Amino acid sequence: MKISGASILLRSLKEEGVDTIFGYPGGAVIDIFDTLARDFSQDFKFILVRHEQAAVHAADGYARATGKPGVCLVTSGPGGTNTVTGLATAYMDSIPVLVFTGQVPTQLIGNDAFQEADIVGITRPCTKHNYLVSRTEELAKTIKEGFLIATTGRPGPVLIDLPKDVVQNKVKFDYPKTIEIPTYRPNVKAHPPSVKRAAELIRLAERPVIYAGGGVITSGAHEELFKFASTLNFPVTSTLMGLGCFPATHPLFLGMLGMHGTFRANMAIDRTDLLLAIGARFDDRVTGRVEEFAKDAKIIHIDIDPTSIQKNIVVEVPIVCDAKDGLSKLIDELKIEGRSAEADDRLKEWHSQLTAWRNQQRLRFDRTSEIIKPQFVIEKLYEMTKGQAIITTEVGQNQMWAAQYYLFDHPRTFLTSGGLGTMGYGFPAAIGAQVAFPGKTVIDIAGDGSIQMNIQELATVVQYKLPVKIAILNNGYLGMVRQWQERFYDKVYSHTDITVAPDFVKLAEAYGAVGLRATKSSEVEKVIEKALETSGPVIIDFIVDRDEGVYPMVPAGAPIKEMILV
Amino acid sequence: MENRKVISAIVENKPGVLARVAGMFSGRSFNIDSLSVAPTMNPDLSQMTIVTHGNEAVFEQIIKQLRKLINISKVQDLTRGDYVDRELVLVKVKATSVKRGEALRIVEIFRARIVDVATDNLTIEVTGSQGKIEAMLELLSSLGILEVVRTGTVAIPRGRKVSRTGDTGD
Repeated sequence: MKISGASILLRSLKEEGVDTIFGYPGGAVIDIFDTLARDFSQDFKFILVRHEQAAVHAADGYARATGKPGVCLVTSGPGGTNTVTGLATAYMDSIPVLVFTGQVPTQLIGNDAFQEADIVGITRPCTKHNYLVSRTEELAKTIKEGFLIATTGRPGPVLIDLPKDVVQNKVKFDYPKTIEIPTYRPNVKAHPPSVKRAAELIRLAERPVIYAGGGVITSGAHEELFKFASTLNFPVTSTLMGLGCFPATHPLFLGMLGMHGTFRANMAIDRTDLLLAIGARFDDRVTGRVEEFAKDAKIIHIDIDPTSIQKNIVVEVPIVCDAKDGLSKLIDELKIEGRSAEADDRLKEWHSQLTAWRNQQRLRFDRTSEIIKPQFVIEKLYEMTKGQAIITTEVGQNQMWAAQYYLFDHPRTFLTSGGLGTMGYGFPAAIGAQVAFPGKTVIDIAGDGSIQMNIQELATVVQYKLPVKIAILNNGYLGMVRQWQERFYDKVYSHTDITVAPDFVKLAEAYGAVGLRATKSSEVEKVIEKALETSGPVIIDFIVDRDEGVYPMVPAGAPIKEMILV
Repeated sequence: MENRKVISAIVENKPGVLARVAGMFSGRSFNIDSLSVAPTMNPDLSQMTIVTHGNEAVFEQIIKQLRKLINISKVQDLTRGDYVDRELVLVKVKATSVKRGEALRIVEIFRARIVDVATDNLTIEVTGSQGKIEAMLELLSSLGILEVVRTGTVAIPRGRKVSRTGDTGD
């Protein structure tokens, strides 16, 4: 029996185990939406966002929270171009997302037809791969390939462009059980001689540090990391993307490293003699001046992407593999069973140094302030959710304070745009996470600037009764840029004052959500309690100290140990 | 230290593959000195010869980033071993009756060919390595070069090595 391209698409998604689609209809995809409503309404939960950018961020949030690929369906032209920021966000952070775009009929491609855009051309540099499907016969195979590419190796977004006639034509449907792409074979297995060399260095280390990144979460290697670090008694620092890969409340956790990392973590990097980088890519926000990063250390670098290795920093032992495989093999090679007294002895001095650094300089803010300190809000959110919430963030100060003050003990509970730094990411990502976990508390920690970049999604959370909580740290500034202007640009506050803003409480109410506000520290707990008790979506407008900055701070391009502490 | 590098890549013969390669180079600020593409004996695959320059670290990235592209089957750094490279160049030079003899002598020395003659100019076809081409162009420039069209380098490993397989190794 022949079925339409639209049916093939939806049946293929079912075959891939997809149960949720985020999207927005339009002329070029009207057939798919028609088929979705007529024949597949029981198979998929469809979330109608209010802007296509949010569809991709929501699918991305869904993917980060669950580990499964997120799926979007949007129309041609502007529908596609609106997904670009979402794709670039997912690409930088290696998130498996599949975006299906409508396209004008094949015979019109290149004619500047209505709502035509060369979306494959536009998104080539911000997708792991993309396709224009030119015949319905190729559709099923292309979808299968798309899922394979998005979810394996170093994951990433894949865009599949579907001309209208390809969707309308009918052919026989046969979904391939497996597929081989001869030109795509990511290396997931660690090379045994490299593992041996790494193990030799690990045995000799006196001042080791594990530098763990998002790759640990992606590969599901958090248990191996825990076993490895806790039995060897190795301290762990994490990138922004890696938060949650190792319990933040564990004594071996040094906190985040980098530009806004903890004093202890950055000092440890400066002095370490063995750095074990796992699923991290030595981003400039992590390394500061790269020549001085871990300058005394031998570096072992485990990463699945060969291009990440020797890119920013020269390492002694590169191991191209999946983090889980690499760590398991290291554990086997080192025959780690329990703590050894001899190893503990070797590391004793190092641990007392790490403790000294912690005591010298902890994350801190004025806890007696009546004006709300943004850090205080995060601490309260952490306490009152018992650390069990899924936290998403926007980008800027809100993101850094969330990373510093909410302690993440579990992977896939901190969703943030790390690489691209996309303001407007957090709210739609929270939608994706909430759809995936209806029973969990999902909080978007936002700034008053960022939240306005996808504020229209309030309609989405109200429509689907998604109880997402938005905590706006409202300081009337584009705070992170302002902080740079204060520190490095002679306090010339060029266009960072955004005090002209909507009343967020009324705005929430206008959309049919609940709006709450706290203006002094004593009110913080009360409004959080009220928000957490509310069964629907809530905006909490925290009017915070306008002048608070994120510290420690390593000025861009400075060595990591040169922190402004304040 | 910047070196000239010659890369041979076997890519899938599909729409957009050239754009992927060119886009990767421009997006990451890598240099392309020349690039040539044509189908191989296997019509599903094309052969690309890319000439680039850069220091070793940049070059390592170029090779890895090429291998990362999904449609690329094999990437080889020919400059790591012995290889033969050739470029075909068409040169139109001024050749009035006085200078014509000199033009013909240069053509002979370089084993080039005259492929078109007009009253006051000649078109010369020359094939050779980069060094030979540069040397000839320099000599011809004294006559007055009107136009130069170059194919870009194509290259092949010497001896028994072949660059045409389907695997992703090196």
